[in-house]
Amino acid sequence: MGGPTMGQIVQYVESYLSSDKTPGAAGNMFWALVYIMLVFVGLSVAVIAMNWLERKILAHMQVRLGPMRVGPHGLLQPIADAIKLLLKEDIMPAEADGLIFWVAPFVVVLAAFTVFVVVPFGPTHAITDMNIGILFMLGVSSLSVLGIVMAGWASNSHYPLIGALRSSAQMVSYEVAMGLAVVSAVLMTSLNATGTGTLSMIGIVEAQQAQGEWFIFKFFPLGLIAFFIFAVAMVAETNRAPFDLAEAESELTAGFHTEYSGFRWSLFFLAEYSAMIAVSSIAVTLWLGGWLRPFPNLLHNSTWDLVFSLFPGVTFLFFAAMCFYNTARMPKHPLFRIQTIGLAGFGVVLGLIGLVLFVPAVSTRIQDIFWFSAKVAGFMYLYIWYRGTFPRYRFDQLMRMGWKVLLPLGLGVLILTASVALLQEKIWHP
Amino acid sequence: MTDHTTSLSHLDLETPEKPFLDANELVINMGPQHPATHGVLRVILRLDGEKVLGLECVIGYLHRGVEKIGEHRTYTMFNPYVDRMDYVAAVSNGLGYCETVEKLLNVEAPPRAQHVRVILTELNRIASHQLWLGTHALDIGAITPLFYTFRDREEILKIYEKYCGARLTTHAFRIGGLQYETYTGFEKEVKNFLDFFRPKIDEYEELLTTNRIWVERTKNVGVISGEDCIALGVTGPVLRASGVKWDLRKAQPYANYKNFEFEIPTGQNGDTYDRYLVRMAEMRQSVRIIEQAVDALPEGPIMAKVPKVMKPAMGEVYHSIEAPKGELGYFIVSDGSTQPYRVRVRPPSFVNLQALDVMCRGQLVADVIAVIGTLDIVLGEVDR
Repeated sequence: MGGPTMGQIVQYVESYLSSDKTPGAAGNMFWALVYIMLVFVGLSVAVIAMNWLERKILAHMQVRLGPMRVGPHGLLQPIADAIKLLLKEDIMPAEADGLIFWVAPFVVVLAAFTVFVVVPFGPTHAITDMNIGILFMLGVSSLSVLGIVMAGWASNSHYPLIGALRSSAQMVSYEVAMGLAVVSAVLMTSLNATGTGTLSMIGIVEAQQAQGEWFIFKFFPLGLIAFFIFAVAMVAETNRAPFDLAEAESELTAGFHTEYSGFRWSLFFLAEYSAMIAVSSIAVTLWLGGWLRPFPNLLHNSTWDLVFSLFPGVTFLFFAAMCFYNTARMPKHPLFRIQTIGLAGFGVVLGLIGLVLFVPAVSTRIQDIFWFSAKVAGFMYLYIWYRGTFPRYRFDQLMRMGWKVLLPLGLGVLILTASVALLQEKIWHP
Repeated sequence: MTDHTTSLSHLDLETPEKPFLDANELVINMGPQHPATHGVLRVILRLDGEKVLGLECVIGYLHRGVEKIGEHRTYTMFNPYVDRMDYVAAVSNGLGYCETVEKLLNVEAPPRAQHVRVILTELNRIASHQLWLGTHALDIGAITPLFYTFRDREEILKIYEKYCGARLTTHAFRIGGLQYETYTGFEKEVKNFLDFFRPKIDEYEELLTTNRIWVERTKNVGVISGEDCIALGVTGPVLRASGVKWDLRKAQPYANYKNFEFEIPTGQNGDTYDRYLVRMAEMRQSVRIIEQAVDALPEGPIMAKVPKVMKPAMGEVYHSIEAPKGELGYFIVSDGSTQPYRVRVRPPSFVNLQALDVMCRGQLVADVIAVIGTLDIVLGEVDR
């Protein structure tokens, strides 16, 4: 018997490196598991980073500093918070429906994490490539409303109940407009010689590559409008400001998770942020060219390829430089020595990562992941920006916007996209 | 004794009491610990889904018996207590009290004191409106204006701190005038503040006035007519936003407001948006008044001749001023001793809060929050 020999392991690794398919699609279970771990860890790190970034960015928008005490510039704040939440007493209201109360956060987290099975970070960098990828994503991500309703109902309390009602109504009605926008993007994938479109997330990006145009610019302004509908609906879908009615602090204290505390609460938090990343990934995949770098067709000679391949390393070096700059600005007091060393060390780590990213072999493999993450990060910034700028919509206004503005707009865009596509196929380029 | 969990507003008495079994109705208890009730207001809402069928305010969680304390303190000793009523507009409270006792004693503060009083009171109006704006916007979900208004309010508090040592409960005025002469550079600092503050109002307005969501959330929300306002005794910006041009600074000039030029901003619709606009305009008018007062600040004594031991003649007096939130009145009965026989305060917040039910009926839960914010209540003053 014995375990796999060294040769077999090497073979496994090589089988992946030479493959042009995702591990799931290639049936390579070992690499699929590795990918699942990577995505899970990466996502958790992203949520932690997002927690810090949101506080910092929001704070700077609001002329304050944000967390500054735990670690240099509050860098360890999310970790401190996580520890605090884990150590907190887990309170379950006496009148709550125990089982459902217990299950609800897991349903939400499960729904939020499962969608990442098909998120394409690159042509081979995805756990798997499903032929119904986008359908799977929309379907699974909308399961989270179940968890929210369960949480609101099981708490057996008025505020969570109203919060859950609001959020279920909101998510259901915005999903319709969202779906219409997605369909009009999927329709665009069929504009090729064979005339067959695809629902696969990777296929959608490849279609954009083949057509030489991100779908946001396709049939201007139709693609843009569809993108806009999705961009609005996705904020509503994730219950974020200005559509954060379900957890409107000033109205419903904390909405559906009012009665949750400690670890369970942090699960809702985790789910909210990973859901934000998930819907942003859909938007990036459908309209912003997924892992494609900017101007893949305009600037595609070898010089430009080289320039764009430097971006990941340069970005990390920039972050490292920012760390060093702030290290130099740290107060010279002995009490700040640990923080100063910590910040410098963080800068060194970032700088080393940046240097590694300049190695051509790494750089070519990491390119797609970098551009995908950068685009998603742009959306994350938008989320924070919205939160700092907009007041909150009222429930009826939200519904009115969903059903009376976005839905007709989505239908119109879908019809127009279909008509233009047909015209292009039959009349302009028969 | 009333059972607060089931009883609703007295206006609801005609509807027969029924046990809470109707699945369409939900009674929820908002407060006293709730992020948007501005302290410890408790509102019992009867809801049909999200629609408000009626509500009742339960107050008294911050009751400290200020009026009763007044009966056991001398006139001078009671002065700092009034600051603790509307603690975000402590200077206005002090002005009202000092002027009332002065009226009882038949003395008048000297012109210089009057001018400084006007400057500080109008600064306080700005500070109070800033706090209102920040918290009101926060209630409606815009979290950023709060930090901008607090940053700018700080400048006013610095002026207070320099003038009398306190920032919030200032005890700035004394019966008969002022205790402290203005500090060196007072005029310059006030003027600097005005120059600093003028563009800031535009900044606030830029964030909110034309913001689509803000307009949607505030237009036609919490509408109250001028007649209803008068019937309920509502005063201040809420009354003026309903189109009634009533400002005690013009209607019954006190201090030396008649020397200054300013306008009374009014609205037409009596909705939350108009109240917002009226308060924004009021801040600009306050800037105008302060500017004139600083320019015309006369020299001279700051304290009138008042006896060390105050023993006003037997009698009673009512005097009211236009506090940032509305008519702030003091009714003081003197029995000829060193302590008032009775002090009764007519607080604007308490009276304005009466209108909450009228303004919220038929609206949504989110509007209740907006209306509580727009009424600009301070629970310290409601409960006293």
